Amino acid sequence: MITLNINKKNYNVEVDPEMPLLWALRDVIGLVGTKYGCGVAQCGACVVHLNGEAVRSCVTKVKRAQGGKITTIEGLSEKNDHPLQRAWIELDVPQCGYCQSGQLMSAAVLLRENPNPNDEDIDAAMAGNICRCGTYLRIRKAIHLAAEIQRKGK
Amino acid sequence: MKKRSETKARYFLPVKTIVVIASILSIIVLITSAFKEEDDANAGIAGYKNDNTDSVESVQAFLQVYKVLMSPRCMNCHPAGDQPLQGDDSRIHTMKAQRGKDGKGVYAAKCSNCHQPENTPGLHTPPGNPKWSLPPANMKMVFQGRTARQLALQIMDYNKNGHKNKKQLLEHARDTLVKAAWNMGEGRTPPPLSYDAFVKVWDTWIQKGGYAPK
Repeated sequence: MITLNINKKNYNVEVDPEMPLLWALRDVIGLVGTKYGCGVAQCGACVVHLNGEAVRSCVTKVKRAQGGKITTIEGLSEKNDHPLQRAWIELDVPQCGYCQSGQLMSAAVLLRENPNPNDEDIDAAMAGNICRCGTYLRIRKAIHLAAEIQRKGK
Repeated sequence: MKKRSETKARYFLPVKTIVVIASILSIIVLITSAFKEEDDANAGIAGYKNDNTDSVESVQAFLQVYKVLMSPRCMNCHPAGDQPLQGDDSRIHTMKAQRGKDGKGVYAAKCSNCHQPENTPGLHTPPGNPKWSLPPANMKMVFQGRTARQLALQIMDYNKNGHKNKKQLLEHARDTLVKAAWNMGEGRTPPPLSYDAFVKVWDTWIQKGGYAPK
């Protein structure tokens, strides 16, 4: 039995410690907001936070997450009102939406560490999150907007 | 007049002699100091020289060390720029990966977000190690583009080698991240020497005086 702390709640799961965290989240626990994209840490669709860092859950094993604090897109905010979520809605960022959980989770780490990122900072943080619809320009705009919302404490 | 002339001659002779001797001495000092500088640069920091010092053997060993350090498995994380390299062709790392201040990446693109404490199985998956990182921004320890001489001098320089003394340099070859170069997952060619052979030439290079090739 392995205990995983996800979105401030403990889950006891009977899984192989070698199992990718993404499998445990989606198939065992049922938190399906995090997406499977490539399975080899190349696309960013599966990004979740492990102790505040934007890890790729498709290659992060359950044993690494055990004892840590995991946050998924479902736990990014209590009322879906994280500045990023508000900016995403305001600018209608997603197209198909498949990559967006990962985009938001990566952007959240960026905004925590740099409350006022410029385009270069955004590129450095987000270049590993691929969007096949090509919503990159709206993502960048939304991160600037979210930074503004966060700064103003709205 | 004659007497005056003789006096003058007697007076100038020692001055000329002194000037000549001084010139010869200066040349000797200059040559000696040039050799000394060379010697110091080669020997790096105090404590490298001992009774076993052998510049020829040391340099020969380093030339083997150099082949390993310039292989993609070592050089890819010791790039000239601030982006790591990847693959056997040492291309720029995808995802615009950055060194960051501490060498561990930036924001949502930190090395350990993808590089796990161990290799991820399969082709084209991220290799792993608990210490996965580049050298920090304040001491980049660049391998890419360095000649054998430049790299040897850099490694011998306490202020350019991550502040490692002789003992720490010897230990460094046994470091888990260095050792990982020989176990970097599927599809990645290991360095040209075996790990044991590398440790042997690394030790020889340092124990024999840490000399740099010409």
